[in-house]
Amino acid sequence: MKTGNEIQITPELVKEHGLTEEEYQRIVGAMGREPNYTELGIYSVMWSEHCSYKSSRFHLKKLPTKAPWVIQGPGENAGVIDIGDGQAAIFKMESHNHPSYIEPYQGAATGVGGILRDVFTMGARPVANMNALRFGEPDHPKTRHLLAGVVEGIGGYGNCVGVPTVGGETNFDPSYNGNILVNAMTVGLADADKIFYCAAAGVGNPVVYVGSKTGRDGIHGATMASAEFTEDSEEKRPTVQVGDPFTEKLLIEACLELMATDAIIAIQDMGAAGLTSSSVEMASKGGVGFELDLDMVPQREANMLPYEMMLSESQERMLMVLKPGREDMAKAIFEKWELDFAIIGHITDTGNLTLKFGGEVVGDMPINSLVEDAPEYERPYVPTPKREKADVAAVNDLNKAVLDLVGGPNLCSRRWIWEQYDHMVMGDTIQRPGGDAAVVRVHGTEKALAISTDVTPRYCFADPVEGGRQAVAETWRNITAVGATPLAITNCLNFGNPERKDIMGQFVGCLEGMGEACRALDYPIVSGNVSLYNETNGSGIMPTPAIGGVGVMKDSAKMATVAFKGAGQTVVLIGETKDELGASLYQKQILGEDAGAPPHVDLDLERRNGDFVRALIENGQVSTCHDLSDGGLIAALSDMAISGKVGVSVSVGDDLPLHVALFSETQARYLVATDAATAEEIRKEAKDAGIPVVVLGETGGDRVVVNGGGVDIALADLATAHEGWMPNFMAKEPLSA
Amino acid sequence: MKSAVIVFPGSNCDRDMAVALEKITGTKPLMVWHQEYDFDKVDFIALPGGFSYGDYLRCGAMSARSHIMKEVIKRAEAGVPTFGVCNGFQILTETGLLPGALMRNANLHFVCKDVKMTVENTDSMFTSTYAAGEEITIPVAHHDGNYFADSDTLDRLEGEGQVAFKYAEDINGAQRRIAGILNGKGNVLGMMPHPERMIEPALGGSDGRKLFESVMNRLG
Repeated sequence: MKTGNEIQITPELVKEHGLTEEEYQRIVGAMGREPNYTELGIYSVMWSEHCSYKSSRFHLKKLPTKAPWVIQGPGENAGVIDIGDGQAAIFKMESHNHPSYIEPYQGAATGVGGILRDVFTMGARPVANMNALRFGEPDHPKTRHLLAGVVEGIGGYGNCVGVPTVGGETNFDPSYNGNILVNAMTVGLADADKIFYCAAAGVGNPVVYVGSKTGRDGIHGATMASAEFTEDSEEKRPTVQVGDPFTEKLLIEACLELMATDAIIAIQDMGAAGLTSSSVEMASKGGVGFELDLDMVPQREANMLPYEMMLSESQERMLMVLKPGREDMAKAIFEKWELDFAIIGHITDTGNLTLKFGGEVVGDMPINSLVEDAPEYERPYVPTPKREKADVAAVNDLNKAVLDLVGGPNLCSRRWIWEQYDHMVMGDTIQRPGGDAAVVRVHGTEKALAISTDVTPRYCFADPVEGGRQAVAETWRNITAVGATPLAITNCLNFGNPERKDIMGQFVGCLEGMGEACRALDYPIVSGNVSLYNETNGSGIMPTPAIGGVGVMKDSAKMATVAFKGAGQTVVLIGETKDELGASLYQKQILGEDAGAPPHVDLDLERRNGDFVRALIENGQVSTCHDLSDGGLIAALSDMAISGKVGVSVSVGDDLPLHVALFSETQARYLVATDAATAEEIRKEAKDAGIPVVVLGETGGDRVVVNGGGVDIALADLATAHEGWMPNFMAKEPLSA
Repeated sequence: MKSAVIVFPGSNCDRDMAVALEKITGTKPLMVWHQEYDFDKVDFIALPGGFSYGDYLRCGAMSARSHIMKEVIKRAEAGVPTFGVCNGFQILTETGLLPGALMRNANLHFVCKDVKMTVENTDSMFTSTYAAGEEITIPVAHHDGNYFADSDTLDRLEGEGQVAFKYAEDINGAQRRIAGILNGKGNVLGMMPHPERMIEPALGGSDGRKLFESVMNRLG
């Protein structure tokens, strides 16, 4: 019987597995012998960048991960936080960049499927999906094809499983031309005392496989995600997995049904590196060994080799350790949901991962060596040189600049995208996409979760430390702007090749800034994912540490939205505007330049201004609020007017040149609107508290006017530009298929 | 009013329907699994939205042939008010309880948004508390909501008051902008929009409530 182990291990084969000669020798040392073919495959995926975090681990350890409300930080399938009343929110964000570039529909769809599994594995019912997407420049021949496919894939999966996709972000930049980013996030809810973990226990206990059958799809997906792209990457199309959201829906229901009993000791989804990483993870966390009989693995294809079964990334599969004697009850649940259920092994006290096939041992590896002996690199880096403050020129036609920005690729309405996502299913979406943060009620209560995904790669590129701070602060601000208290974040760290010193410098810098912001804002990191080697033919992406923030609000009836609520409201700016146009969207899109230092993030100010604004919302003084970010004050003002379908007239004074006042991206700022008397009250309270505050003007009419005509645009024109860009862009003839 | 919600593998608006029914009628509905052959006597049967059987083969095709649907068909034919939303509508057309078919949206994209509809028939047990010609806003969320029937059938539906709702504007290519239809006896309603998602201001409006209230009024 062929086991695959007849194949000779050669230096070429080792190289094909993405292992260096030095790493191979490390394997030989750990095992005390040469690995066979099956074992080589298993080591190669466990030691891949994707699974071992070998370039990033050293720096990730420096991030703050603790707070009194953190139930589970990084290291499990997802992070868990206490949201009061005995309930917990469980969430994580993960990348599916490389597969989505090769096959956008399935790449994005399985990205959603994978992150959903990470969350319900822990006992949570998924209640919201989010995403962070980056595409190449709009005119690039592949952009529309990729965007259409990714959106279709995210919708195709999320809509079918019946978890609302409630928001996200989408941006365009030439650095993503050959390497798009598809980061998916899921948030779930569970009882705080019913969280499931992956640590296996109990020698002799059964190891159970449930879900879909195993096929040859996705073999070496984790290795692919750990290498740079080249022109022949599209030949890797067969390594992209195919998703089946229908099976996932059944799997969610079956797992949650079994979780309501006390049968499960440990559970883990089969994600990257499939059966290998799930079994190794469970055994390693529990300090036990696993013996698996691969003949028992449900298989979709004939004559699969051990190597293929262990490395397959077939979707919608889970591994569990059950209490002895509960197998029949568990089996009945999975049969009801028409899913495979197979006992494929048991726990041992050997500390080894032992694989049997056709009655023969085909692999036997110390679990410790697969996890703890994985190389850890403290890669050399050079910090990104600091930029000086830039003087950013004015343009003659400010009206045109505003229309170009608000109606351009980066600030236009994303309605074309989110209308393809079912964002209302489950009946608790109380703030739909398009606002600062998505808000989803905790089912059956008045409480709600606020969720936002953000990062500004322009800033991270110009100054990684500042950019890292800003990414964290912006999610915090967005969650604050709807009236929620930000609690914790997940992240998806997308960078280029860490073997390049400048890229590693970006990584280290961004993490430093993120860590500072998390500490200053009491906003720890509870889960995350690192995606390196986002390069094509040696050209890296902008550093993109996407942050997903989660907050909670006690009384969702007080929630704020960005839309002006009719005419006659007074508009107030909280926070001070400075001359900070370096690395701004105005500079990049209108002037076509990228120079100067990005806006500074003063975390102390961020916190004070944000806490002040949140209190206004919680006290019911304000129900209209928008944070200021890309495009500055005029972009936020336009959003509020467009969504509220009412004009606005403001004065920003003349301390700053008008283009600076309009487009500066100074941080820690919010616009709020309320009745005149309350606005005056707010002004006084802010003064007393030492919070910068300016009463800017009033809503009304059908134009957006600044400084009596410095900007003067019909709201209808602004709305047409804002809503029109994306549908017009997507309606063009495809340039490539 | 005692109601039942039929649950198929892949149904995903079953909970939303149950929540709406309980909120409005005050009684928790019976959740009936597709493998059942029979269930308690109820006053109202709901077929919820979702992707039963993954929408594989054709939307609603496999569910229409499940054990439970034999019983649902029997009761609907005997006059029990039967209501299908979205995938539930697709199942009703697949069983033949309602005429026509739901095809892929004309622009080939899934669409989820609030849509304006007019109430075309206010005599039915599902629509009697709406005003004649009333414009209401209810969300849609579907990939296959493009209603099709031959022109004779369409003429008959319109002529005999079997068109319950029409979209105020074209959203999916449906013939004559049909959003929901009744059977000849008026006790079976299928519609693509989701009234169960529009039952309180926090969700964007309450225009869906009157549909359930109409049935309650009729049943007394």
